[in-house]
Amino acid sequence: MALYSEKVMDHFRHPRNVGSMEDADGIGEVGNAKCGDIMKIYLKIRDDRVEDVKFETFGCGSAIASSSMATEMIKGKPLNEVLELTNKAVTEALDGLPAHKLHCSVLAEQAIQAAVKDYYARTETALG
Amino acid sequence: MIYADNAATTRMSRTAMDAMLPCMREVWGNPSSLYGFGQKAAEALEEAREKIAACLGASTPKEIYFTSGGSEADNQAILSAAENGAKQGKKHIISTAFEHHAVLHTLKKLEQEGFEIELLDVHADGMISPDQVDRAIRDDTALVTTMYANNEIGSILPIAAIGAVCREHRVTFHTDAVQAAGHLPIDVQKENIDLLSLSGHKFHGPKGVGVLYVRKGVSLRNLIEGGAQERGKRAGTENVPAIVGMAAALSEACSRMAEDTNKVVAMRQRLMDGLAKIPHSILNGDPEKRLPGNVSFCFEGIEGESLLLLLDDRGICASSGSACTSGSLDPSHVLLSIGRPHEIAHGSLRLSLCADNTEEDVDKILQAVPEVVAYLRSISPLWMDKMSGKRPFILS
Repeated sequence: MALYSEKVMDHFRHPRNVGSMEDADGIGEVGNAKCGDIMKIYLKIRDDRVEDVKFETFGCGSAIASSSMATEMIKGKPLNEVLELTNKAVTEALDGLPAHKLHCSVLAEQAIQAAVKDYYARTETALG
Repeated sequence: MIYADNAATTRMSRTAMDAMLPCMREVWGNPSSLYGFGQKAAEALEEAREKIAACLGASTPKEIYFTSGGSEADNQAILSAAENGAKQGKKHIISTAFEHHAVLHTLKKLEQEGFEIELLDVHADGMISPDQVDRAIRDDTALVTTMYANNEIGSILPIAAIGAVCREHRVTFHTDAVQAAGHLPIDVQKENIDLLSLSGHKFHGPKGVGVLYVRKGVSLRNLIEGGAQERGKRAGTENVPAIVGMAAALSEACSRMAEDTNKVVAMRQRLMDGLAKIPHSILNGDPEKRLPGNVSFCFEGIEGESLLLLLDDRGICASSGSACTSGSLDPSHVLLSIGRPHEIAHGSLRLSLCADNTEEDVDKILQAVPEVVAYLRSISPLWMDKMSGKRPFILS
């Protein structure tokens, strides 16, 4: 299908970092079932870096590919850099998305932000 | 490749191609030309008209008008009936919530022009009852337009009974028979149909050509002006090869209908039984009163586009009513009309078979679909939440 770039199809067919995480330090979930896409990101953080990341996605081909690419882009990165990841960067890394699929990359950005926020909230609680 | 999307389009038959070639090689004159060479093309055109009239049970070939396809036929039928009604002060039109967009968008346009459009609710099994039509008809009803069979969920409407109701109330009745022609026996006289649309490429004929059947006495409004073709009702030099190919394809489909239906229904049944074994899935449309080749399911917890892409990787061509395949934010209006929640409608799959499919195709589809559904569920947070009890299942 020429709808998607080779990169999108590669990440869709062979998603990186797919799955759940038992002992995640931060979890972010965005989207909803009614709209047809939900993204969930699990983070393992060590020394303010993303030591490991996993994702689960309910959605179309570009939603799965965007999640996969975004997790690759933040793996091993310090949290301040992770928070700077934009949907534009995800889209570019995928060699572009069709206009009506750009929201998939937005969801990926939002899911990661939500997961980092969750991590900070948990650490604050832990620190009391 | 396993082609299981025959409701989208079909492979052109050898019969259609063989009928078309002479119209390009030898009989390529203009049917409107006076000389004998042009008149040969006119003869080919009239032969095609006769064949199609015979397949539909029309009282005369003069009731057959050639168009560019099903959409044009739908537009012309509805706009004509609306104009005829308006002349008598009738501006109420009855249709259904699960029509093709060629019908719904035309009705929307009429609504903006001051017509009152009433869309009948579709039953959960994908049916409209003649009673519903009967109750909706008023003194100022100009037109009833309901599809013959639904393109997504395959349900076959009780057209003869709806036609009888319309005739009793003297209301013009149009049916979009794009999915039915060549697949179901049609008799416009027995079924009291006044206007009927069909499209050549849904029964192994060429694309870009269709028919509007118009009962004698129903007047037509032109969509295209500029010539005397089609008795002055549709200008433009006729696409003779396509028309001849369509007529050949329809004749063949009608003559083979009984044996093809037996073969296709057997495969459809096996597919339906097999896919029903997937947990938390549901068949869309009536289990029996459905198009011979149509299989439509929803699978909970997954999204249709990713399902189609993975089936494509396995060489299976299918279709879905998910938002991502409809090009809009909402999933198919057809699935919503039968009461599927958005979440479930996103996870739909339509397989449409024809007599060219084989039992081996069915085996391969029955192998691939459960595996792909299981895989997509395994990476779906929605499915995981349902499995862990965090969210309720919607389908049993």
